[in-house]
Amino acid sequence: MPLTNNTLNYTLHLADNALILGQRNGEWCAHGPILEQDIAITNITLDLIGQARNFYQNAAACLHESGDPTASEDSLAYLRTEREFKNLLICELPNGDWAQTILRQFFFSTFQLLLFEKMKHSNNEPLVAIAEKSIKETQYHVKWSSEWVIRLGDGTTESHSRITKAVDTLWMYTGEFFIPASYEMIDVASLKNEWMNKVKEVFDEATLTLPENVFMQTGGKNGAHTEHMGFILSELQYLQRVFPGAEW
Amino acid sequence: MEIYNLEKAFQDKIDKEIKIEPKDWMPEAYRKTNLRQISQHAHSEIVGMLPEGNWISRAPSLKRKVILIAKVQDEAGHGLYLYSSAETLGTSREQMIDDLHSGKAKYSSIFNYPTLTWADMGAVGWLVDGAAILNQVMLCRTSYGPYARAMVRICKEESFHQRQGFDALLVLSKGTKEQRAMCQDAINRWWWPSLMMFGPKDSESTNSDQSMKWKIKRKTNDELRQNFVDMIAEQIKLLGMTLPDPDLKWNEAKKQYDFGEINWDEFWNVVKGNGPCNKQRIAARQKAHEEGAWVRAAALAYAEKKRLRSTAKVA
Repeated sequence: MPLTNNTLNYTLHLADNALILGQRNGEWCAHGPILEQDIAITNITLDLIGQARNFYQNAAACLHESGDPTASEDSLAYLRTEREFKNLLICELPNGDWAQTILRQFFFSTFQLLLFEKMKHSNNEPLVAIAEKSIKETQYHVKWSSEWVIRLGDGTTESHSRITKAVDTLWMYTGEFFIPASYEMIDVASLKNEWMNKVKEVFDEATLTLPENVFMQTGGKNGAHTEHMGFILSELQYLQRVFPGAEW
Repeated sequence: MEIYNLEKAFQDKIDKEIKIEPKDWMPEAYRKTNLRQISQHAHSEIVGMLPEGNWISRAPSLKRKVILIAKVQDEAGHGLYLYSSAETLGTSREQMIDDLHSGKAKYSSIFNYPTLTWADMGAVGWLVDGAAILNQVMLCRTSYGPYARAMVRICKEESFHQRQGFDALLVLSKGTKEQRAMCQDAINRWWWPSLMMFGPKDSESTNSDQSMKWKIKRKTNDELRQNFVDMIAEQIKLLGMTLPDPDLKWNEAKKQYDFGEINWDEFWNVVKGNGPCNKQRIAARQKAHEEGAWVRAAALAYAEKKRLRSTAKVA
């Protein structure tokens, strides 16, 4: 498939989502609330970074074909700046407590699963292949995170209040899923109803209330990020920036 | 049966290489020694996640990041098998974790050293996992069944980690001037602490004789340490680096390497809690545990609610 700016930007957007959320989740590794869950969130981290690599490798292959032989998964992850990253804002937010982390995962994975299911039927072969490979993983992410939303919502008074606070913090970042950027090849607006239905179903079981009339934050898809983004990249890219051109 | 006969039957089993299982009679001291050793080993896996976890966010390539995360996750898995093995001796995981946090239980002192540069990820894999493997290969044949079986699984993953660590250093050793310097510096800092991992000299070790008789251990600290030196002194040639020991040289008569004296003051100081990161490591574990308390409470409360609801349905 010939490279258009749209395909490239869209592939990078998908890669950046997975990488930046993976980078955030990775902060839990060795610090989880219980050993089994430390392992579970780390599994999800590995899946997300694996997805990011697939998308970046695909983007790099497209760039090779269009005459840029230097592009690689690492040049794309490590040598772009804040304004060039196209991930959703929700991916870059700090982890907060366990409630905020798992709620973010639930919102994101529920969206990602709907997206991959649609992408599977698109006409871009490499993206179809990545979507097919990622669907199984993402189904598990949805299952794991929705079970935790229910457990915390319907657990103790403290867990209910913490996850309610997380809903309050995160809800304003969920609108961005469905507001398309100019380069998007999948009609994300059409996924909104199904996403809302799934969220409502889980919230009902979790005894949580869906917020209404919340102003939605946007910008990530076009490189206008939160103030957190620069710090994430400072850590992520540190060695590649200090030792340009070195092999690792 | 009188205690004497029980002990004799127990020792006979060990001498015949029959594994001791959780429900078998065992001397109290055998139970205690295994519990101490297995729980220490579990704690080492868990505390050992911290110095390597420290570099996950900064790993220099996506491939290295994935390898590092998977490795730290393996350590969590090892911790789980080992806590389960130790629980067969009658102490709960909860209790063991409390003992770690209170300072009553120990873990390997090596994890009280800081990981300062990326090269430390390679050096820890190569040297620290390398030292651990020698001990663990021996433990695959330890006399307590659940411990031996856990070690078989763990050894497979550990040898993979060691190769990955060596591979990371090999890339640095062929890299830029700065990368080579980083590689040598990490080896310099991790070499002596790695030698200390085998514990005090045989002449100073209090637990060794009985543990050998009970086949909890099958090689002494000094034997294992010598095996390690002989292995690493050869492997380092492939890296084109040096070990920071002017006394290290091949002894043709003994067919092994001679090496210099370990700084035992440093060893005992780190054991006593005065290493560069002792306090930080325990504080990080305590923080994770305390901040996770409400999560564990919620999971329990929810499971209980669910159980009551399904009982109500059945009724």
